[in-house]
Amino acid sequence: MVDKRIMGKVVYGVAVVAIAGLAFTNAAASGGESSARNKLVLMAPAAPGGGWDGFAREAQQAMKSIGTVNNIQVTNIPGAGGTIGLSQFVQMTGRHDMMMVTGGVMIGAVELANSDTTLDDVELVARLADDYAALVVPAKSDIQDLDDFIEVWREDPGGTSIAGGSLGSIDHLLTGYVAQKVGIDPADTNYIAYSGGGEALTSMLSGTTVGGISGYNEVADQVEVGTLRALAISSEERLPGVDVPTFKELGVDAVMANWRGFVGAPGITEEQKQEFVEIVTEFRDSQQWRDALERNNWTDSFMVGDQFADFVDNEITVTAQIIEGLGL
Amino acid sequence: MEQIMLLMEGFSQALTPMNLLWVLIGALLGTAVGVLPGLGSAMAVALLLPITFSLDPTAAFIMFAGVYYGGLFGDSTSGILLNTPGNSSAIASTFEGHRMARNGLAAKALATAAMGAFIGGLLATTVVVFFAPTLVKLATAFGPAEYFALAVFAFLAISSVVSDSIVKGLISLGIGLVLALVGVDGPSGTVRYTLGLPQLFDGISIVVITVGLLALGEVLHIAARIHRDPEALRIKPSGRPRLSRHDLRKAMPAWLRGTAFGLPFGIIPAGGSEVPTFLAYGTEKKLAKRRGDIEFGQIGSIRGVAAPEAAGNATAGTAMGALLALGLPTSATAAIMIAAFQQYGMQPGPLLFERSGDMVWTLLASLFIGLVILLIMNMQFAVLWAKLLLVPRHYLYAGITVLSVLGVYAISASTLDLWVLLGVGLVGFMMRRYQLPLAPVLIAVILGPLAETELRRALTVSEGDLSTLVSSPVTITLYIILAITLVVSGMQHMRHRRKEREGQASELTSV
Repeated sequence: MVDKRIMGKVVYGVAVVAIAGLAFTNAAASGGESSARNKLVLMAPAAPGGGWDGFAREAQQAMKSIGTVNNIQVTNIPGAGGTIGLSQFVQMTGRHDMMMVTGGVMIGAVELANSDTTLDDVELVARLADDYAALVVPAKSDIQDLDDFIEVWREDPGGTSIAGGSLGSIDHLLTGYVAQKVGIDPADTNYIAYSGGGEALTSMLSGTTVGGISGYNEVADQVEVGTLRALAISSEERLPGVDVPTFKELGVDAVMANWRGFVGAPGITEEQKQEFVEIVTEFRDSQQWRDALERNNWTDSFMVGDQFADFVDNEITVTAQIIEGLGL
Repeated sequence: MEQIMLLMEGFSQALTPMNLLWVLIGALLGTAVGVLPGLGSAMAVALLLPITFSLDPTAAFIMFAGVYYGGLFGDSTSGILLNTPGNSSAIASTFEGHRMARNGLAAKALATAAMGAFIGGLLATTVVVFFAPTLVKLATAFGPAEYFALAVFAFLAISSVVSDSIVKGLISLGIGLVLALVGVDGPSGTVRYTLGLPQLFDGISIVVITVGLLALGEVLHIAARIHRDPEALRIKPSGRPRLSRHDLRKAMPAWLRGTAFGLPFGIIPAGGSEVPTFLAYGTEKKLAKRRGDIEFGQIGSIRGVAAPEAAGNATAGTAMGALLALGLPTSATAAIMIAAFQQYGMQPGPLLFERSGDMVWTLLASLFIGLVILLIMNMQFAVLWAKLLLVPRHYLYAGITVLSVLGVYAISASTLDLWVLLGVGLVGFMMRRYQLPLAPVLIAVILGPLAETELRRALTVSEGDLSTLVSSPVTITLYIILAITLVVSGMQHMRHRRKEREGQASELTSV
């Protein structure tokens, strides 16, 4: 009965694969009611490989390296600029073993979708790392600096197409913000949305659009080899090792950070929230996290408590106002 | 030949017993997730990522190489055997592959697929080794107008798949376009057909549609007929995986044609490997018609498996080139690989070869090793996999259902996805019941949004000036080829009709 034996093997093989698959899924989705120090789930409201996923996994590594939490899982709930993750997270009332990654993009997405669930519905824990967006043009463009660009832009806002990430992203918001600051009606701008920085990059390299706004890290190499020219960056001060002027120093007061941080579920107690803050503070000081910041070219922007709350309030106001200006 | 020297160095880094073990693990894992409907290699890499943190970079890369190509070797297996492709890249090879399996040639079809995947991947990786910088130039020649031209070109080139019955084909195409419209519209942010459900804002995942339509639809179809004609459902698992010289002579040109379709598509982020696999399938179908090949569409043609499979892996190969040289992820798997590379301080992009040259060459060598291991493994597996058909129907299809649901749930842990899956599965069942072709649905889902978004981007940039669509050498060339093809096939059609009429006339006179 050779056939039967082989069949048995096949059935067994399928069963093993199925159970392993189940186990993976289960491990990613489950969470008990133990203390955050024992078991912590980091929810990345993005697909594996997305920006917030990378952030969550870096944080996971840093926490592991100093043993501040015993067991850390990352789970992904992707979709709609993080708003799907947010709407699920607010339903986890009182879950003191779970933090969600958040950031500027989520505020934009919430405002854009007029979502009922906002960052007001969760407990703010900390802001950890920022990066900045840059305005770039193809190297063969006649535009040499920001003044040239603004001149061309003012003359013909519609003809000066700008490529960048999806609607509501930092790239998009910055386009509207800069337009406002230089006296162009944001609703007149011609923004070409791509699903990610990588795709937007091709449109800049192919010279389809006049310019592009993208996370500086995504275009840094192209700027270095000279296929793209960076005109200005959205940071407060010049970044160390980056020879690109800021919008601010060029007379356009548009400072905007693509920040990332953590929030806790609604309904947790003050002590439980404090526990989160302590965990974050501990791993933020680790060597692993410092390496992560360097590797990803993130700027340390550590902020907790009222300072963080004020920052988020201000972000929401500014974002809402820009989105309204863009006519969305 | 500086590249060869560097590549040899890469091989010397990668070829250690321990590393071979890692590539084997990666290849097994990749094949496994490839076989399972819904689970893709992106998921496998994501799950592996934390494990590889503790490995040295070479070991990690070599494992990723196994997973990366393994998924593409595996995804056609379940398609050929059970008509339920593991991933969208295997849809095109399922059509003829499953026909072959039904006629007792399962093992041969699997072997053809494995060799096709090997040849496609091998040639593509070789191209990457020697021409990576040139590839980058090609990628930057594509703007929205070029993409739109490409999408139109692909639509018409693939239309031969549709042309058996125009009305039925158009109905299927319509179903696909409706499914593709769901979600937030990228250029304007408008929400379309989401029924107010935020879970649908990102649209219906192509994985859900593929698994629902092909896997679940097939299961329902089989279940509905299991008592009516049990004999028709029985597939003979016999047959050896060895390809005769005759088979090889048939398959070789198809493998090469498929590879030729796949190579350029990996570099341009235009919907992944589905478009070239369909183009390759369409071409083979046309060639078969001209040749008067009766195998194609009836008992299953080896060429119809060979070409799309080679195209799929060739795309994956050059996609890796685009990823390394441009930092441009052209697929979900590529996107997560970027994250993995960054863990090791490798920043894919124009400076990669200068900055981390030794690691890149090790990676490229790993890709070659991965391909060889996968070929050996899959040729052995072909017989074993074919034995899967000995499992009684009801167990087998129950298993497929479980795995489909599991795979879809694993994408984003959303129960709504499962309801959508069930809905699409029912649609797939009804389409089979009324003999509507399934391929046009998937073509529409893949090409529809591409054509729409790129057309609108092109016109937004030009502020509504239509001449932008024909203003570059690439677009003009594509439209000219398209026009010539249309005229030629039109003329052929006429001649065919005339001949038919003459034939009928002569038959009448002879009687």
